[in-house]
Amino acid sequence: MKMKLLLAAGLAALLFTSGCVNVKPWERGTLSDYTMRADRTPIPTAQAQHIWFSREEATGGSGVGGGGCGCN
Amino acid sequence: MNTSLLKKLTLAALCAGALFTADAALKVGDTLPELGGFKLEGKLPDSLQGKVVVLDFWASWCGPCAESFPVMDELQKKYQDQGLVILAVSVDEKAAKMEAFMKKNPVAFTVVRDAEHKLVAVAEPQTMPTSFVIDRAGKVRFLHNGFHGATTRKEYVEQIESLLKATP
Repeated sequence: MKMKLLLAAGLAALLFTSGCVNVKPWERGTLSDYTMRADRTPIPTAQAQHIWFSREEATGGSGVGGGGCGCN
Repeated sequence: MNTSLLKKLTLAALCAGALFTADAALKVGDTLPELGGFKLEGKLPDSLQGKVVVLDFWASWCGPCAESFPVMDELQKKYQDQGLVILAVSVDEKAAKMEAFMKKNPVAFTVVRDAEHKLVAVAEPQTMPTSFVIDRAGKVRFLHNGFHGATTRKEYVEQIESLLKATP
C-alpha cells in the first residue's frame, strides 16, 4: 500500500512539474519581441479596456513596461 | 522494488538535482577561463595576458545593452593604450540580428558571438547586460548587473583606472 502511494506521488510529481521551464536571462530574445506584448495592437486593446470599464467598472493596469527580457 | 530501494533512488535523484543546479556562475575572485575553448564566433584579441578586461554579455534585443555601447566605446578609446580590452560577447541566437545591431551601433572594441551559449552558461549572468571587470592577473574583480547610465559609467571609470594602475 505504502509502495503504491509512493509510486503515485512520484508519478504525480512527474506529471505536475514537467511543465516548469526556467528561462535563462540570455534566452529571452523571443520573449522580449514586440509581438509578445499583450498591448501591441491599439484597437483591440482599446476595445478590451472599454468592455472592462463599462461592464466591470475596472480600468487601467493592463500594460507592462517593456517585453519579457528582464533587462536590468 | 522494495521501499528501501525506492528511498535510495529518491536520495540519489535529490543529490543529482543538487549537483546539477549548483551555482556555477562566474563571480568576483574567480579566474577568467581560457576563452579559446568556447567556440566563440569572431576574432578574439591576440592575448589578454596582462590586460585589464571588461567582459560584457549583451544581446541585440536588450535595450540597456544599446545604451551601454557608446559608453564602452568611449572607455575603450580612452584607455586602450594603457592596457584595457573590452570584449563584448553577444548571446544572440541569430547572427543576422547581431550584425544588424552592429551596423546601427558601430564600436571600436571587440565583439564576438557565443552562438552555442557555452561561455554564457559558465558565466551565468543574472541579467542583460552583465559585465565582469577583470584585472591584469586574470581575476574577476568587479561585476555589473545591468547598465544604469551615468552611475555605471562612473563605476567603470573608477574600477578601470584603479586596475590599470595596479601592477600584475
